[in-house]
Amino acid sequence: MALLELKAVCKSYDGEARPGRFAGRSDVLRNIDLAVEAGEFLAIVGYSGAGKSTLMSLMAGLIPADSGSMTFDGRPIREPGPERGVVFQNYSLLPWLTVFENVYLAVDQVFTDWPRAKKRAHTEQQIALVNLTPARDKRPAQLSGGMRQRVALARGLAMDPAVLLLDEPLGALDALTRAVLQDELARLCQASGKTIVLVTNDVDEAILLADRIIPLGAGPAATLGPSFAVEIARPRDRKALNRDQAWKRVRAQVIDYLLSSAKASRNRAPKPNAPALQGTLEPAE
Amino acid sequence: MTTLTIKRSLTGAVDTVLFPLLGIGCVIALWTLASATFAPTLPNPIKTWEASRLYVLEPFEKRGELDQGILRFTWYSLVRVAKGYTLGLLVGTPLGLMLGISKAFSRSFDPMIQVLRPVSPLAWLPLGLVLFQKPEPAGLFTIAMCSMWPTVLNTALGVKSIPQDYINVARVLRLSRTKMLFKVMLPSALPYMFTGFRLSLGIAWLVIVASEMLTGAPGVGGFLWQEYNSLIYEHLILCIITIGVVGFLLDRLMSMIESRLRMA
Repeated sequence: MALLELKAVCKSYDGEARPGRFAGRSDVLRNIDLAVEAGEFLAIVGYSGAGKSTLMSLMAGLIPADSGSMTFDGRPIREPGPERGVVFQNYSLLPWLTVFENVYLAVDQVFTDWPRAKKRAHTEQQIALVNLTPARDKRPAQLSGGMRQRVALARGLAMDPAVLLLDEPLGALDALTRAVLQDELARLCQASGKTIVLVTNDVDEAILLADRIIPLGAGPAATLGPSFAVEIARPRDRKALNRDQAWKRVRAQVIDYLLSSAKASRNRAPKPNAPALQGTLEPAE
Repeated sequence: MTTLTIKRSLTGAVDTVLFPLLGIGCVIALWTLASATFAPTLPNPIKTWEASRLYVLEPFEKRGELDQGILRFTWYSLVRVAKGYTLGLLVGTPLGLMLGISKAFSRSFDPMIQVLRPVSPLAWLPLGLVLFQKPEPAGLFTIAMCSMWPTVLNTALGVKSIPQDYINVARVLRLSRTKMLFKVMLPSALPYMFTGFRLSLGIAWLVIVASEMLTGAPGVGGFLWQEYNSLIYEHLILCIITIGVVGFLLDRLMSMIESRLRMA
């Protein structure tokens, strides 16, 4: 049985609730079937605005599905919880707390029966893991974007969740920092051996990090594509990857799928909220 | 480089000292002109200073119940304001929190608040006298009733403006209600709340004159009203200037605390 399972999940939003868009209901996700196995690193790659974050919020339990079933470890997902840790794209650190306090808040909340000293030590350890010990008493505003995302990552890992949901965790970073953090993320994830679901719009990032990639087609009413296994040994070296045949193959497969789904989406009646084609997935034609 | 620094500090001095002095000079000139021409009942600046000198130069002197140094009167007023304002905050902050947290509470009480908010202190004071039968608590009631609204509304706004990100974090961590309140809600809403506190203090100080005038309590406002009745118009001007300066200083003080909070 899969650890995290979504069956025929649909989600749409009310048009009125989102100003600036056309009125009426807009379908975001339709018939999503997803099974995340324990211990795997799954990446979901899709266009900006295709509903990736919505899918993430559904798995986290932050928003309810309109229909279909969502289960975690066999139990239905009704609300968020620390067994499904989330690292958000915009870090979501509390600006009035220091690095230590931000991580400690999560540790304190999850390991309620631990003695104080153990909780503190665990927090220190997690901060050291992301190389932020020198910044432990700084507030988020004093840190760079890359450092903030490391804190968010440390907080996510410190909760020791059964599954870690990464919602475009590197999306807000510049290209260089992003590359550094990708390598760091690969190292941390491999070391932790956790079940991880990464949502991203960067195919290369997905291939570098994941065991398996599922493309999310273009919206509206996006659906998940077939699963593509990434059969490249770890640790993966980003320089060597360019010449790797398996890398070339999976990259071509994922991009082909995404481009044809975008074309199909445009050939359907064009709607005012068609997805923005952005980033690395911009079609060349 | 040194000449440049000197030049710069000179420009700074002109901006911060000379221009304000120029403004004050203009007002005094107009005042003199007015009392010399179309407003003969208005005492001119020199007469005002002569009549007020004793009160300003011996600011804490107590010569009699109705004859005290201006800062002594100010102190009485400040104490009264502090009491009424604290009362207003103690009621207004939780009220604002409730309005921000609960939609049902907000729907139920927001219309009532919008109706009570514009009511003048002159209207609240008699009700206070009816309720408490004594002038002192009636004054405090009036200050609290008038000054709490900015705190109520800004606290509610602060709670409503908590970024969804923070709420999501709290939900993923399953923070308890108390932890949510103290670790997320209050810190996030605090800058808004402080804006409310500052505006409330301004109103509390505004109300003090009305409340003291009607109750005859010793203070700047009471002194003002008593000197008007005694036809010593110079002291009216002294009181107005004092009230203005004190109000300005209070606002500055609150702004300083507020900007500290914003930086933190």
